[in-house]
Amino acid sequence: MIEAVGLTKRYGKTLAVDNLSFSVPTGRVTGFLGPNGAGKSTTMRMILGLDTPTGGSALIDGKRYRDLHQPLRTVGALLDAKWVHPNRSARAHLQWMAKSNKLPARRVDEVLEIVGLTAVAGKRAGGFSLGMSQRLGIAAALLGDPQVLLFDEPVNGLDPEGILWIRKFMHRLADEGRTVFVSSHLLSEMALTAQELVVIGRGKLISQSSTEDFVAQATENTVRVRSPQLAVLRGALGRLGANLRDEGENLVVSGMDCADIGELAAREGVVLHELSPQRGSLEEAFMQLTGDSVEYHTELTDGQTPATLVPAGK
Amino acid sequence: MTTLLATERIKLFTTRSPWWSALLALGLTIGMAVMVALNHGGNNPLRVEHSQFGIQFGLMIITVMAALAITTEYRFATIRTTFQAVPNRSGVLLAKCVVVAVLAGVLGEIAAFGSWAVARMIDSSPELAISTGDDLRMVAGAGLVFALAAVLSVAVGVLVRQSAGALSILLIWPLLVENLVALIPNVGRDIQDWMPFINAGRFLNPVPEAPQSPWGSLLYFAGVTAALLIAALVVANKRDA
Amino acid sequence: MTLLAVERMKLFSTRSPWWCTAIALAITIGFGALMSGTSNAASPMNVAATQFGYTFGLVVVMVMAALAITTEYRFSTIRATFLAVPNRPTALLAKTAVVAILAGIVGELCAFGSWGISKLIKSSADLGIDTAYEWRAVAGVGLVYAIAAVIAVGVGVLVRHSAGAIALLLIYTNLVEGLVTLIPTIGPKIHRWLPFNMSNAFITGDADITTRPINEGPPPAEAGLGPWPALLYFAAFAVVVLVIAITTAKRRDA
Repeated sequence: MIEAVGLTKRYGKTLAVDNLSFSVPTGRVTGFLGPNGAGKSTTMRMILGLDTPTGGSALIDGKRYRDLHQPLRTVGALLDAKWVHPNRSARAHLQWMAKSNKLPARRVDEVLEIVGLTAVAGKRAGGFSLGMSQRLGIAAALLGDPQVLLFDEPVNGLDPEGILWIRKFMHRLADEGRTVFVSSHLLSEMALTAQELVVIGRGKLISQSSTEDFVAQATENTVRVRSPQLAVLRGALGRLGANLRDEGENLVVSGMDCADIGELAAREGVVLHELSPQRGSLEEAFMQLTGDSVEYHTELTDGQTPATLVPAGK
Repeated sequence: MTTLLATERIKLFTTRSPWWSALLALGLTIGMAVMVALNHGGNNPLRVEHSQFGIQFGLMIITVMAALAITTEYRFATIRTTFQAVPNRSGVLLAKCVVVAVLAGVLGEIAAFGSWAVARMIDSSPELAISTGDDLRMVAGAGLVFALAAVLSVAVGVLVRQSAGALSILLIWPLLVENLVALIPNVGRDIQDWMPFINAGRFLNPVPEAPQSPWGSLLYFAGVTAALLIAALVVANKRDA
Repeated sequence: MTLLAVERMKLFSTRSPWWCTAIALAITIGFGALMSGTSNAASPMNVAATQFGYTFGLVVVMVMAALAITTEYRFSTIRATFLAVPNRPTALLAKTAVVAILAGIVGELCAFGSWGISKLIKSSADLGIDTAYEWRAVAGVGLVYAIAAVIAVGVGVLVRHSAGAIALLLIYTNLVEGLVTLIPTIGPKIHRWLPFNMSNAFITGDADITTRPINEGPPPAEAGLGPWPALLYFAAFAVVVLVIAITTAKRRDA
């Protein structure tokens, strides 16, 4: 269980993390979602005691990271796969880490086996591909057989095979009853990996919920309507309080379903060329939510250009 | 070539280390002149050479700056980007040498004349006037020495490719090796006469027992620099980037 | 103790300490050989002269010590270190101890190696290590290297960049302390109290029996203290640097 309470980090004038509170439950994969630069890595570094919070605190099973005795036995982390001396062999890298927390030497070979690096354990880590480095980083995180695991953008730059491997791996770890906290800027990836989601934007908490709820709540359902008599239909829909948006020749209606719109069209005697339900994409929903702090009023109607975009609240 | 020079100039001045180095070099050199001038008293009048005591600070810092200008390219692999953009490696490296040397030369002149000027402001003794050819060479020559030393440093940087290694060599060699060889019995002095930085120093501060004239000393320093530069160019052309 | 073992593993699983040790040994012993080989009746060999190259070894060892910590910053393994050992002072002290011990051993090897090779080359010369002065000149090298390594680690922690730390250490030890003496009136007075001049005073100070001309070894230092107090002064300086470094590292984001 990881708990952040009022976590804040200020660099000079910029607030990288702003009064962030959330909790990461045991035995599940929790996604930590936000666009690049939202403060995910900074938050993870504060959880791990690398950076000192300007305010608030982050606790792991009720303790600050720096107060943990032999922390690798409690928490494993992969923040950056390149945090390895390039001239040190993979085995030597794991050996010193194991030694520092009094872990048995054979554990090094076990984790090398788990991530499939046994064959290259004696090679210098500087020559590893990104995928291999990532595996070495995961091996280091698993060294102390910890109950809590943190991964920062683990699939970044990996090939599809590598991504699949990591995804399965996360599930396996959670199935074993561990707490897995994994960050990403890709909602589609998180939708497949995480059961819980902590979403942040610009250092602030946007939501914490199950992935299912988040997706359901975030993706709005709309209906696309094509008709030669759009003007008539527009007026009728407007009187019923539906939200309307033009999309080229089509009208996009939200707040009413296909049946309602079809019946309304029949009553008004409007010919319909198309009436199709649309499901918003996850990425769109994500952009909508996390883009909050940079949101612009988009009133793009026909003939208007993006030059008229006005920042919110101005 | 002008494009290459412009490219290298942009590359140099868009990182922080040349600015830091310039500031440090000028600060330390001129600061030393202030210290010397302020504390000078008693019987000996302050002369031009006293104002130039700090010039070696400047020289060493310029050496560091010049070496970093090329070793950081290797460290961040921007040398690959550079060679990708301009496959003529000799052209690239020569352009870098020119840019770094010009900067070093300008800084050398500012450091030398700046040191002399502050000393002159503090102490107005007539011996501090630049009156002889020796005086002028001592002050105005600093830029030449700085420029050549910068080229030598770039060459060493190309050969070694690592900041730590290049700096260790470039600092330990002139500061320690060249001075300590003189202590070897019998042969030490003769060896020292042919040390490059000793010769560079003798161009500014001639010693009567030197086998070369001041300009001969500078020429020798330039020769060593040229030899290292050619070696660096040959190696860079042969080596995988 | 575990942490000492950890830092030992880290140090020896990279290449730079091996390189630096080899270079330090080769240069100091090489100079010992050069000195004894070129000595003759006019300038006879003595114990102090065998240690001619000790300052070379000193700078190489300082480069090694600085790199031991700056490469951790460069490759961000310092973060891995602080994840494994969140108690930063302990982690850094363990590293300092390991580096200092290595530096001390390298120093003794350099010193006795230089002395040994001189004895081989000039077996006729009086090279017995008899007086306190001669013991300090030879066996003292390891102590000075160890303390200098502590300073270098401290500077490395503060600066965090290899280039910056090395430039600072080398320019300070080989240029600043020497150039200070050129400042009229106060220069030589300041120089008497500068740390590396003090360490040199421990090795070369109080040249009791072996009075020697300047060309027979590192010239005796003009320091403000006698040999052993000078070493203490040098050590105290190292401790101050280290304390500042550790305090900074504790406060700073890794």
